[in-house]
Amino acid sequence: MTDTHRVATGALPVGTPAPDFTLGSAPGQTISLHDYRGRPVILAFYPADWSPVCGDQLTLYNEVLEEFARYGAQLLGVSVDGVWCHAEFAQRRNLHFPLLSDFEPKGEVSRRYGAYREGEGVSERALFVLDSDGIIRWSYVSPLSVNPGADGILQALEALAPQSTAT
Amino acid sequence: MTERRAGGHLTLPVGERDHVRGPSNAPVTLVEYGDYECPHCGRAYPIVKAVQGRVGNELRFVFRNFPLRESHPHAQRAAESAEAAGAQGRFWEMHDRLFERQFALDDEYLIEYAGDLGLDVERFRAELVGRVYEPRVREDFRSGVRSGVNGTPTFFINGVRYDGAWDEETLVAAIYALITPGKRA
Repeated sequence: MTDTHRVATGALPVGTPAPDFTLGSAPGQTISLHDYRGRPVILAFYPADWSPVCGDQLTLYNEVLEEFARYGAQLLGVSVDGVWCHAEFAQRRNLHFPLLSDFEPKGEVSRRYGAYREGEGVSERALFVLDSDGIIRWSYVSPLSVNPGADGILQALEALAPQSTAT
Repeated sequence: MTERRAGGHLTLPVGERDHVRGPSNAPVTLVEYGDYECPHCGRAYPIVKAVQGRVGNELRFVFRNFPLRESHPHAQRAAESAEAAGAQGRFWEMHDRLFERQFALDDEYLIEYAGDLGLDVERFRAELVGRVYEPRVREDFRSGVRSGVNGTPTFFINGVRYDGAWDEETLVAAIYALITPGKRA
């Protein structure tokens, strides 16, 4: 029989209310999606901490935070790595945004967003842009090995609130 | 529906503001978004030179700044120093010096290089300290982000992001593929 559980369900579509969640963000701390209601949120699911430096997606986003901030948007990274792993990774890379641990039950939140790879047990390289009401307004699933860049996110943020575009 | 996206396109066309090597009417324009402290860009530097040497006047090369400031603490200042040298007509000389001396990019070295290149060192120092070219470097960076730069170096050939390998042979082949058939090195 076909291994049906490995068939990708696809990322949650545009227009869907983003499922709320509470995930560990640091040893002893959690972050909930609803904490950010009232401002745009960028959810960046990614396979694993510690991928190569210069071409790394999160390193790039870390440099682009200032551009995201022009739209009032909060970036949240999500992977199945544990909080201690995230803490070390964030410190080494000087990351200035939260990394959330979809660790227990493993991949639960990624699954709810249609952004989990069952066979490999990691999150997809999937991006979601939520508006200030928590509705998904843009999503993109990148091939696992391809860094999708930040241009799609910025276009989505611009489309959300053109009037708030800074100069 | 999940959006599918093609590779990036240069959103800021090559123009007056750019630092250009090669003729303005060259059939192929190679744009690099790079970081003077990035080791991959350091490896790309002699390769780009070799490609320029082989393709000659059919190639125009443009360098734009994409400093990854959190990963490379000297990258932003180095980029600003290249612009400061550019303001005195010596962008490419400083560009070369920075990539050849990637291991020595502290401010005192940058000022030393300005002296070596015969620049007005006091002006160079004042502009560096005054962060005069920070907005210009940021403008390069932003244009890169909007064009789909996803790491350094990222190349664009005739405005389209080049995702292939950037060893000398592959780059030369990609460039010649855009030049009139029959013209080969």
